[in-house]
Amino acid sequence: METRYLLGNEAIAHACLEAGVDFASGYPGTPSSEVIDALRMQKERTFHIEWSVNEKVAFENALAAAWCGQRALCTMKHVGLNVAADPLMTSAYTGVTGGFVVMSADDPFAHSSQNEQDSRCYAKFAQIPCLDPANPQEAHDMAADAFALSEELRLPVLFRPTTRICHSKSDVALGDVSGEHRKGSFQRDPRQYVVIPAHTRALHQKLVEKQPQVRQALADRGYNRCIVRGKTAVIASGIAAAYVQEVLPDDVSFLQIGAYPIDPEWLRGFVERHDDVLVVEELHPVVEEEVRQVAGAVPVHGKMDGAVPYTGELSPAAVAAILARRGYIRSPPFPEAAAPPAPDVPPRPPILCAGCMHRATFHAIRRVFRDAIYPSDIGCYTLGLQLGAVDTTICMGASISVGSGMNLSGEPRDVVCTIGDSTFLHAGIPALLNAVYSGANMTVVILDNRITAMTGHQPNPVTGVTAMGEDRVPVSLDAICRACGVSFVETVDPYDLTATMDVLKQAKARSGVKVVIARQPCVISARRSGIQRKPYAVQEDLCSGCRVCVRFGCPAIEFVGGKASITELCGGCGVCADLCPAGAIGREGRR
Amino acid sequence: MRGSFDILIVGVGGQGIILTSNILGEACLLEGRHVKGAETHGMAQRGGSVESHIRIDGVYGPLIPPGSADLLIALDMLEGLRYRHYLRGGGTLVASRSIVVPTSVFVQELPLPTAETVQERLPDACLVDAAALAREAGSPLAQNVVMLGAASPFIPLSESAMIEGVRRCVPKKSTDVNLRAFQLGRDACGECRTGV
Repeated sequence: METRYLLGNEAIAHACLEAGVDFASGYPGTPSSEVIDALRMQKERTFHIEWSVNEKVAFENALAAAWCGQRALCTMKHVGLNVAADPLMTSAYTGVTGGFVVMSADDPFAHSSQNEQDSRCYAKFAQIPCLDPANPQEAHDMAADAFALSEELRLPVLFRPTTRICHSKSDVALGDVSGEHRKGSFQRDPRQYVVIPAHTRALHQKLVEKQPQVRQALADRGYNRCIVRGKTAVIASGIAAAYVQEVLPDDVSFLQIGAYPIDPEWLRGFVERHDDVLVVEELHPVVEEEVRQVAGAVPVHGKMDGAVPYTGELSPAAVAAILARRGYIRSPPFPEAAAPPAPDVPPRPPILCAGCMHRATFHAIRRVFRDAIYPSDIGCYTLGLQLGAVDTTICMGASISVGSGMNLSGEPRDVVCTIGDSTFLHAGIPALLNAVYSGANMTVVILDNRITAMTGHQPNPVTGVTAMGEDRVPVSLDAICRACGVSFVETVDPYDLTATMDVLKQAKARSGVKVVIARQPCVISARRSGIQRKPYAVQEDLCSGCRVCVRFGCPAIEFVGGKASITELCGGCGVCADLCPAGAIGREGRR
Repeated sequence: MRGSFDILIVGVGGQGIILTSNILGEACLLEGRHVKGAETHGMAQRGGSVESHIRIDGVYGPLIPPGSADLLIALDMLEGLRYRHYLRGGGTLVASRSIVVPTSVFVQELPLPTAETVQERLPDACLVDAAALAREAGSPLAQNVVMLGAASPFIPLSESAMIEGVRRCVPKKSTDVNLRAFQLGRDACGECRTGV
């Protein structure tokens, strides 16, 4: 036993080691990524670990390991579970022999996501158990137990922390790391694993019949617990349970949900002892729907009657205000803000790094394709929005299919898609071959920085190294594109603005699907690997103050007293020197 | 009800805010105190405004409600102004005197309050010349630890636990620089407190 100050995700990773995880896979996505990353950082690793090309592939790999009797973990974020939804639904039918834990991290308020969906709905949809921790310690304890639960029920277990669990920290009491590992061995049983209609009808029936056992197993573990203290009650789940407990008076009953499905008789027994019940939870009213089903005449408040907001993230202050409005507490216990937020502080949104190759590529695209439509995708480069070069973002890989759809709809303007290397491998390849085969006219720019940068620099098949740290031959994006039927495939260095623009002009002049691969390593990973580029500087007497370089939007370029200057953030890409009409920018020390 | 001591650390992505909060977390472990924290990850990290919540003796959620932080440590004076409303009445603000100008100011030609105006609007702040002290300690990268040292007299943890926290969290080769940075910050704040 040891207590450490850990991120929720680090605590979850340690719990998997305690449970003797044999196989771990995932696709990076905030807020889930640090689990696999923490497992990768283990000095002695005796199990398989991989960053897969997408969540469906990660899921199917881990499912197979669990079919072979291993303890398997698969991690993703909520939108990734959509990608893995196909195997998820059927895996509930086939079941598992080894423990299979699927972690899908939800992101209320969409801190770094394209939507606010609730993974608990998928667990209900698939009829598998779901664990919903309220703090990092509980996340640790539940994750460690989830493998045994999965083995006991022979079902995949959905483990669903939220951003404030994954990315919050606390003192966490850890158990000992298990040294035991299992070797996978598949027991052939077509009636279990071949879901032809005749088999699957029987499997579905078995899954339905298993549900009372699932509810009983969860009830035995005590993840759902209550304390009766008065005639009114609050029911909460996940991080909202922590917020409620912080302000709840001693004469109000409290029920905490940590696992689904909830035993309806137990829930009814609690609700019936009260005159008024408030349900506080983030995202979808999953608990509230269950409470309303058993409540009879007891009034229930929550999202469905407007007592709790449907969207966004809860906070201690928001929960206190909800309790005060419902009369559960007299007034919020938090002092009024001593001063309102300062209204006129200039915004500081996230921004592409100094020297980031995406900025140069977007600049070249805008110069060559002035009146075009720019479908884009999921990654750092979505920040190209600030450069006016991102018109659409839906989900992984959609830039290419949205682009071809627009072009084939008859939209007369040029279409230029941008998609990152990892995103292209994730879901861009089928979209590309579809666009080619359908006869679309468009330019696809693959922003190839050789890593999955946005989520924390996880390796992918173009990186040349695996999650296990083994060297591999990097996949050729050029060859993949050609195999998809693209005849114009050119690779450019986006730091060379002139050459990049030349190739984009060639692409613009041709018909069909053209691919331009803009390749430079991510500036952060380049710096970490020891690449040092000399910084650039402005020669003040030559600077005309035209602001062309400033509008480029690099965080290393400032404008003070009518002149541009370059700060120590400079990554040495040199693109601003190409831009400067006065020739005032050059490598430091050379002019 | 809560009995935690709530600290909000704010600044710009890349200034070492998460490392600073890790030092406090380690110090809490050394003293056997419960601690909760929440930090910004993912998209917001890329040069954006970053915040880290730390609740010493916290047992509930990790988030500090606005208007109730006991201590605000700002690694950038402008960020201190942005998050000033998190502080409770009578709470302490320790801020670095410098301002990293947001790129939005140059690109969109937005008005930028001058250092003097920002300072005027933070009349009760303890301002620290973190950049100069970090250079004096041996590395401009140590500004975060200078600021932690400067705020340390206001934190209900022993100085020795925080120093051991620094030792455990910073890279080995920069231990001495960071220990000096902590001490220089702590000394600077002694003067500051007489001025407040």
